[in-house]
Amino acid sequence: MLTVTLSSYLTLGALLFAISVAGIFLNRKNVVILLMCIELMLLAANINFVAFSHYLNDTAGQIFVFFILTVAASEAAIGLAILVVLFRNRHTIDVDQLDEMKG
Amino acid sequence: MTLEALNYATAWPEIFLLCMACVVLMVDVFIAEKNRNVSYLLAQLSLLGTFALVMVGQTDERVLSFNDMFVQDPMSDVLKQFILGITFAVFVYSRDYLKDRNIFKGEYYVLGLFAVSGMMLMVSANNLLMLYLGLELLSLCLYTMVAFHRDNGNASEAAMKYFVLGAIASGMLLYGMSILYGLSGSLVLSDIAHEVANAGDNKIGMVFALVFILVALAFKLGAVPFHMWVPDVYQGSPTAVTVFIGTAPKLAGFAMIMRLLVEGMGALQTDWQQMLIILAVLSMAIGNIIAISQSNIKRMLAYSTISHVGFILLGILAGTAAGYSSAMFYTISYAIMSLGGFGIIMLMARSGFEADQLDDFRGLNQRSPWFAFLMMILMLSMAGVPPTVGFWAKLAVLSAVVEIDMTWLAVVAVFFSIIGIFYYLRIIKLMYFDDAVDETPLSCGRDMQITLSTNGLLILGLGLYPAGLMSLCLSVFN
Repeated sequence: MLTVTLSSYLTLGALLFAISVAGIFLNRKNVVILLMCIELMLLAANINFVAFSHYLNDTAGQIFVFFILTVAASEAAIGLAILVVLFRNRHTIDVDQLDEMKG
Repeated sequence: MTLEALNYATAWPEIFLLCMACVVLMVDVFIAEKNRNVSYLLAQLSLLGTFALVMVGQTDERVLSFNDMFVQDPMSDVLKQFILGITFAVFVYSRDYLKDRNIFKGEYYVLGLFAVSGMMLMVSANNLLMLYLGLELLSLCLYTMVAFHRDNGNASEAAMKYFVLGAIASGMLLYGMSILYGLSGSLVLSDIAHEVANAGDNKIGMVFALVFILVALAFKLGAVPFHMWVPDVYQGSPTAVTVFIGTAPKLAGFAMIMRLLVEGMGALQTDWQQMLIILAVLSMAIGNIIAISQSNIKRMLAYSTISHVGFILLGILAGTAAGYSSAMFYTISYAIMSLGGFGIIMLMARSGFEADQLDDFRGLNQRSPWFAFLMMILMLSMAGVPPTVGFWAKLAVLSAVVEIDMTWLAVVAVFFSIIGIFYYLRIIKLMYFDDAVDETPLSCGRDMQITLSTNGLLILGLGLYPAGLMSLCLSVFN
């Protein structure tokens, strides 16, 4: 019988975090994928918080998660709004083509 | 739980500012386009009112409130006063700039006020949750403000870069905070400090959390190698927003480092000291060297910011009261200098002309000797030449570093700031020894002339009499 311990949750969190970082650095195509990776990164932290909160018997961590979820929602809204503005001005959302400014 | 136990009186300035931001938001919807000045005046009034409340409520001791979520101490009072004062000047400078570009909208002021309340919460945070919420309130407002000029391609590109990198930094910060929470079992900074001091075998995990948190702080402040967003954001955003990003948030960033590293993880000082040394040396080196090759003055000032951040970190890594107060002195004087520098760029800009190339400064002395003189003071101060405040700031940081027997670090810092003098002096040369190409006279309102002159003379005045500000910074950490 497989038991789920704290370290299982932490491993899941670390894996999600690693996937999101890898996604951000490997993706050279689409800005939307970057936004998805950012959400994944916040969720990795959420899993850690919930796991620790349950393990420590302390609700503060779960309350923190509610705030992170709220902030993540508004962050996604702002990110998508910027994306729309960017597409209107540049007619592309390729990561590679966001290089007008250099130096 | 009663209202008295919350001790909410300590947060009056924040409560007032938040209410006023909502008032400005509502009033702005109902007034006609030609009365937009009303929003501007209301925003300025709310900043002044908040400033007055901070002054009235000043305290000499550490007062906790809202179940230890919120702290008021001398450091938070001083930093809040400077944040409010600097934002007031930012709003004065940006009014004509925004009008010329047809983006004189109430949203600029609403977002600005919300950003200021975010900074004030960061400065007063005593809990990881508060710190995170303050930081996000600030960052989300800044992302939007960068994209504010929505027909400008460079602005939206800058906003996208700022958003993505800022969000990655927030993610890193949260991941670090979650580990710190798991190991210490609390979100309150003083409890965390206690746990970190008695960590024993858990210390390696704490250092793991520290690395994530430090990377996030370096991202937010723009220290090398996490500086990629700084030049693009400074160059791409409207100057009215650049001046805001480049000044007040630096003070909030300093407070955040003090709260997290010094108050929360002070016991790990030997660990973060080494990491900060790397960040500081790299920032001073890359910032000063790459700034030389820039032809866009906003981009050049961005690289100069990076090198100044290196100096601020140098003061913090000293780990002594003298070091912290010198870093605070440096941050405050840097914010005032950069406020003036971007103020002059906005003064020269007019409709359809940004004045963001170095060549635009040619012969400024022939066009306006007074503003050329102010720009000269600002550049000398950034370079660290006496008798300006920049010299005392650098001196204080260097002596704090020498005191902890890290003379080599001081030598490196001096070496790179000598390289840095080159590009500041180049602007002075362009202003005084080249002929003006563009003869259009400079025009701006009386309020901007007075504020900008006060700003420039403050640099000179604080340079001649640095004792007042210096003792203020010292008293905060004793």
